[in-house]
Amino acid sequence: MKLRRDVFQAIADPTRRAILLLVASQSMTAGVIAAHFDTARPTISKHIQILKECDLLRQEQSGREIYYRFNPNKMKEIAEWLMPFAKMWDDRFNKLETIMKKYKSTK
Amino acid sequence: MEQRTKINAEDGKQELMVSREFELPLELLFKAYVEPDIVEQWMGTKVLTLESKKHGSYQFETTDGQGNVVFKANGVIHEFSPNQKITRTFEMENTPFGVQLELLKFKKLTDDTSKLNMHVIYESVAHRDQVLRLPFAQGINMAHNRLQDIVSKLT
Repeated sequence: MKLRRDVFQAIADPTRRAILLLVASQSMTAGVIAAHFDTARPTISKHIQILKECDLLRQEQSGREIYYRFNPNKMKEIAEWLMPFAKMWDDRFNKLETIMKKYKSTK
Repeated sequence: MEQRTKINAEDGKQELMVSREFELPLELLFKAYVEPDIVEQWMGTKVLTLESKKHGSYQFETTDGQGNVVFKANGVIHEFSPNQKITRTFEMENTPFGVQLELLKFKKLTDDTSKLNMHVIYESVAHRDQVLRLPFAQGINMAHNRLQDIVSKLT
């Protein structure tokens, strides 16, 4: 089963945000991206895969190397619009849930 | 950490849908909208009035450390059906955002889970889009802002 990748999920992760920040300044190969992190290479590859699936990263072939390029349009799409609004409500609702779970157990 | 709140705001429409599933029984989810001291906790604002009944009204107010009012909102309740539906207006005072109509539908999923659908209708498309931008303008997420900076330089 293939999971549906949504962009909010993609940028909720700090490592993936760090990857986007890196690649935003310059296109890079997976190896160069991974060299910036202490995390194991397969983990970074997985993050890159997720970012690619939701179109935040695009792949470019250059000779034998594959470079990853940041797709600012995709980021702009969500950044300007729904992300902060959704996050605001998500934070509120998370709080609501935590409070009511406690409420239940003290009742 | 996946975001569990879904927002559906189609381009060019003056409405939006917010939906969320909770790991809470329906009654507890509904209670969180009714009890003033609970509303205060999760909304992060003081509740001055909250009359949870048909034709009831409510007033929220937030002050900063110096006692200045930084947020004030009010509205009236049109329909109040316990554990099912609240229809109300919402207006942020001293802002250009206008009045919005909110239809909140509460649904039982299982004995321990429930769902909230919030349908919000604004005065115009422009009003809706302004409200959507609001939390962004306040800079909720630093990492996200940093990215936005980079994006704006690129495009």
